Amino acid sequence: MDVQALTFIFVGVTFAMYIGIAIWSRAGSTDEFYVAGGGVSPLANGMATAADWMSAASFISMAGIISFIGRDGTVYLMGWTGGYVLLALLLAPYLRKFGKYTVPDFVGDRYYSDVARVVAVVCTIFISFTYVAGQMRGVGIVFSRFLEVEITTGVLIGMAIVFFYAVLGGMKGITYTQVAQYCVLIFAFMVPAIFISMMMTGNPVPQLGFGSTLADGSGIYLLDKLDSLSTELGFGAYTEGRKSTIDVFFITAALMIGTAGLPHVIVRFFTVPKVRDARISAGYALVFIAILYTTAPAVASFARVNLIQVVNQTPYSQTPQWFKNWEDTSLIAWVDKNKDGKIQYLAGKPFKGKPQFNEGRGLHGERLIANPSTENGNELYIDRDIIVLANPEIAQLPAWVIALVAAGALAAALSTAAGLLLVISTSIAHDLMKKIVLPTITDKQELMFARISAAFAISIAGYFGIHPPGFVAQVVAFAFGLAASSFFPVLLMGIFSKRMNKEGAITGMITGIGFTAGYIIYFKFINPGANTPENWWLGISPEGIGTLGMIFNFIVSYGVSRLTPEPPEKVRAMVENIRIPQGAGDAYHHHLRH
Amino acid sequence: MNHFKVEFMTDSPSSKAQAYWRENIRTVLFLLAIWFIVSYGMGVLFADALDHFRFLGFRLGFWMAQQGAIFCFVILIFVYVYKMNKLDHKYGVDEDKDDYVPDEDYYHLEGGPQDSDPEP
Repeated sequence: MDVQALTFIFVGVTFAMYIGIAIWSRAGSTDEFYVAGGGVSPLANGMATAADWMSAASFISMAGIISFIGRDGTVYLMGWTGGYVLLALLLAPYLRKFGKYTVPDFVGDRYYSDVARVVAVVCTIFISFTYVAGQMRGVGIVFSRFLEVEITTGVLIGMAIVFFYAVLGGMKGITYTQVAQYCVLIFAFMVPAIFISMMMTGNPVPQLGFGSTLADGSGIYLLDKLDSLSTELGFGAYTEGRKSTIDVFFITAALMIGTAGLPHVIVRFFTVPKVRDARISAGYALVFIAILYTTAPAVASFARVNLIQVVNQTPYSQTPQWFKNWEDTSLIAWVDKNKDGKIQYLAGKPFKGKPQFNEGRGLHGERLIANPSTENGNELYIDRDIIVLANPEIAQLPAWVIALVAAGALAAALSTAAGLLLVISTSIAHDLMKKIVLPTITDKQELMFARISAAFAISIAGYFGIHPPGFVAQVVAFAFGLAASSFFPVLLMGIFSKRMNKEGAITGMITGIGFTAGYIIYFKFINPGANTPENWWLGISPEGIGTLGMIFNFIVSYGVSRLTPEPPEKVRAMVENIRIPQGAGDAYHHHLRH
Repeated sequence: MNHFKVEFMTDSPSSKAQAYWRENIRTVLFLLAIWFIVSYGMGVLFADALDHFRFLGFRLGFWMAQQGAIFCFVILIFVYVYKMNKLDHKYGVDEDKDDYVPDEDYYHLEGGPQDSDPEP
C-alpha cells in the first residue's frame, strides 16, 4: 500500500478513536466541563498534560529548529522542560488546593479585585489565541502534504474534530482524548527516531545513539562528524553556540517561567482529586514530556547529518522523491546559481525572503524562483518545519512509519488546540460572564455559554489556520514573555507572600506586561531592522526579555505593596489555607455525593 | 468544606503551621538551588568549561544542556513529591490524615486514588 493510503487509514483510525472517547466522556455540568469534575487520576493527568503541552511546535518544529541551530537549541530543550520544576514546586499544589476553575479565578479572588481578574482574562485569551493559531496551521500543513487535500479542507476537518470533542466533552472529553493523543504522538515520534538511530549508530536508544560512533565503521563520533561537516560548509560547529551567554540565559529563563505561567498548563492541575496528586502529576507530565524532549536533539543531529549527506553536491535530477514532494509544497527551493545542475548547500540565505515561485520549470526540472539571489554560494532553501516530517523519508524508512508520523503530528496539534480552546471558553463563560457581566446565570446557562464560546473560539482559530497572520512566529515570544512577566510573579507572590495586596499585584502586572510588550513590539513590529544584538538592551533579545519584565514586576509589586494597606483578613486566611494540603480532597467528595 | 479548616485550626496551633511552612520553604529552596545549578550552571554559564570533559561520547557541557538537565528536572520533582508527602504526614496536614496511605500503595491502587479515600 502506498504512503497516502496508509496515512488515510492511520489518521482515520485515530480520529475515530478520539470521537469515540468524546462520546463516552460527555460533560454534564460546568464542573465537568471546566475541570473534569476534579476526578482525573494523576497518571492520566500527567499524560494529558504532556499532550496538552507538546504542540505542533514541539512535534513538528522543535527538532527541525535544533537541527539548524545546533547548540543554541538548548534554550528550547531546557526552557520548555525546566518550567515544570517551578510549576510542581511553587504553583501546582497550591492552586489545586485553592480549588477553583481558572487562573483568573485565583488572581481575582486572591487580589480581591475585578480589575486584576480582567487583566488576567485578557492575558489568558491573548496567550491562548497566539498559540492556537499555530496549531491549526500545523494541521493544515500535515493534511496538505500527506493527504494532498487543500490546506483549507484540512483545517476544516481538524476544526470539526476538535469542535466535536471539546464542545461536547469539555475538559472531561479533552482529558481522555489527550491521553489517547499522547500515546499516538509519542509512538509516532519514537518509532522513526529508533529506526534512524539504529541505522546511523547501531544503538536503538536515540538518547545514547546521539553520543555514539557512526555505524559505517569509521569509529568517528556522530557529533564530531557533524561538527566537521557543518564547519566545512560554513555553518560553524554544531555543538558550539552562536548566541551570547547572557541571551541564552535570559531566553531559557523566559521560556521556563513562561511555561510555569501558561494558563492551559496550570488548569490541568485543577483536574486531579488532591494536592498530593497535583504534585506527582507534574512529575509524571515531565517524564512523558522528557521522553520526546530528550529524543528531539538526537533526531535533530541525525537529520542534519543525513540531510547534508543526501543533498549537498547531488545533481537535482538525482534527488530523491521526498525532495521534489516538499518542493511542490513550497517548503524546499533550489536556485542553480553556478549552473552546474548540482545542489550546493552552504551557509547563508540562497535568496532574499521566503520563496516566491514562478510558473514553469527550469533546465533540470526545478521550480523557478522569483526572489532576487544573494551573493553567497548557497543554492538551497529548506523550511525548518519539514525536518521531522521528512526525516523518515530522508532515512528511507517504510511507508507505514511515514503515515504514523502524519497521525502523530495531527495528534500533537489537535490535543494542544483543544486544551487552549477550553481555556478560552472557560475564560469567557466563567471569568467574564459568570463572575463579572451576568453573575445571576445558572449552572446550565453558564455551561451553554461555555459551549458557545468554545465553538466561537474554534472558528477564529480555524480562520487563523486558513489565513495565517504573518506574525505567528513573532508572537510566540509574546506569549511566553507575557506569561513570564505577568502571571508567574502574581501567582507566586499570591501564594508565598501574605503581605502582597491588590495595589502591588496590579501595578506589578502592568509594569511587567508594559515593559515586555513594549520591548517586543519595538523590535518585532515597529523597527524590525534594529533587531540585532548590538541594539538590544544588555544584549537580551526580545525572546528573553520576559525574564527582565518578571524581575521588574517583582520589584514594583514589592515596593508598592509595602506602601499601601495590607490585604484584608479574609484573604490572609485564604493564603494560610492554600498552604496546607488538607481539605482539598474533601471538595471532590463533596462534589461526588451531589 | 468548613469543618476541615476549623479542625485544622483547633488541632494545630499556628506555630505548627508555621513550622510546616518553614520546612516546606527550606525543601523547595534546596531543590531549586540544584535546579539552577544543573540547568543554568552546568548547561549555560559553565558549559564551555565542562565541554573539555567527555561523557558517554558527548562533550559534557553540551550533554548537560541538551539531555542531562532534563533528566535532573524529572528526578527533582519526584524527590520533591517524596519529601513533601513525608513532611505533610509529619505535621499531620496530609489529606489522608485519618488513615495514612504510604506513597507506594497510594499511587498504585486499582482504579486510581479516589477509590481509597475514606468517606468523611
